[in-house]
Amino acid sequence: MSERKIRVLVAKPGLDGHDRGAKVVARMLRDAGFEVIYTGIRQTPQMIAEAALQEDVDVVGLSILSGAHMTLCPKVVELLRAQGQDHVLVVVGGIIPDEDVEKLKAAGIDGVFGPGTSSEEYVNFITSHVRVPA
Amino acid sequence: MNAIEPRTSTSTDALVAGVLGGNRLLLARAISRVENQAPEASALLTALYPHSGRAHIIGVTGAPGTGKSTLVTALAQSYRAAGMTVGIVAIDPTSPFTGGALLGDRVRMRALAGDAGVFMRSMATRGSLGGLSKTTGDVVTVLDAAGFDRIIVETVGVGQAEVEIASTAHTTLVIEAPGLGDEVQAIKAGILEIADILVVNKADRPGMDRTLRALEMMLDIEGNGARYVRHHGQLLRVESPVENDDEERRWKVIVMKTVATEGTGIDELRQRIEAHRHWLLDSGEMALREQLRIANTLENIIRAELNRRIASSMPAGSLDALVEQIRRRQSDPYSTAASLLSGI
Repeated sequence: MSERKIRVLVAKPGLDGHDRGAKVVARMLRDAGFEVIYTGIRQTPQMIAEAALQEDVDVVGLSILSGAHMTLCPKVVELLRAQGQDHVLVVVGGIIPDEDVEKLKAAGIDGVFGPGTSSEEYVNFITSHVRVPA
Repeated sequence: MNAIEPRTSTSTDALVAGVLGGNRLLLARAISRVENQAPEASALLTALYPHSGRAHIIGVTGAPGTGKSTLVTALAQSYRAAGMTVGIVAIDPTSPFTGGALLGDRVRMRALAGDAGVFMRSMATRGSLGGLSKTTGDVVTVLDAAGFDRIIVETVGVGQAEVEIASTAHTTLVIEAPGLGDEVQAIKAGILEIADILVVNKADRPGMDRTLRALEMMLDIEGNGARYVRHHGQLLRVESPVENDDEERRWKVIVMKTVATEGTGIDELRQRIEAHRHWLLDSGEMALREQLRIANTLENIIRAELNRRIASSMPAGSLDALVEQIRRRQSDPYSTAASLLSGI
């Protein structure tokens, strides 16, 4: 009996310790039936990419409130791709200025979500965008 | 639900070569294939099995909040310092309502990040109740074939009866913390009986002496001789090979004190685990435990295949009509079950 669950890594890169948003999203995704691997705060892009690899996740969710998103998020994408994790969907949640959203997408981030995003929005985005590895 | 198509893109041969050749990406995918019980999983395990059997498997179990994840991290670091590679499987519960899970063991395992000699995988129970998930044993086989020297399996936070780990691990650690129960808790049946090594973690907390006394009293009463392992609801008495007073040949369960957050007592714990491994090998008990483990695996495979055949032989939707017939007392569950099974 084959049983395949969508696996999501929820991580907080960078140095701010405000993890409430990440925990709320992790809980939301759990309630949507996903398997959520929660790594906690102060993760480097290297730690995140390596954890995503070992856990063989479908999605990496980055929570970031510090303003360092333009440095940290593209770095995570770059490391994931360098390891051959081409299929992994990368989404960012947090405080991201409008003018940065397109830049992040150009850097390979699949989705950017601000405060007030509903559970349905996250879940629909993930279920409709998950990819199967090449 | 959120079931998506099984991944079929990497061939079994490529996965096998990846696992045996130390490719971490392919190892991770091989584990997923096994965990998801994909149709190709059995071919993958068949190819990897001959390469397994080298690792020593350490089970870590205990109540929630006793510090299992922190202890596993410290133990893995101690093994790394001793020059050994470590695979870790950590299990957390699946929600019976949504099928989702929050796997949080990595939060405590930050210290292991960036070490290529460690591979850590989180697993959800996916409906299993014994403290592990159905495929934990198979995932251990994959890590074993990948060449890790020691594999640590951390169960979900368990209560009193989840003793499945004892039939998966070679050495079982039961973790306690001060202040969780009295002497009567300690002599109840269940989880304490499966311990090869009892660990009181958080030994710097109040109530330490009392917990230690309770556990030592329990060990006194038990006599520390033969041990029992539950095997599909049946208790198997596993005798120490020497039943006389040859104390040297018996494994003596002792209570060890640790403070995992500070690393206190962890090297001693590692040495005790290694002593247990040597005792298993020298005494012949290792063969007994392996037999038990293999019998378990075999039975699980047969059971899973039978379940699959039963499920596939049931015409879709037919059960609802049968259930309704039974509700109206036009039929009964016993003869209905018998007639359904006769078609298999």
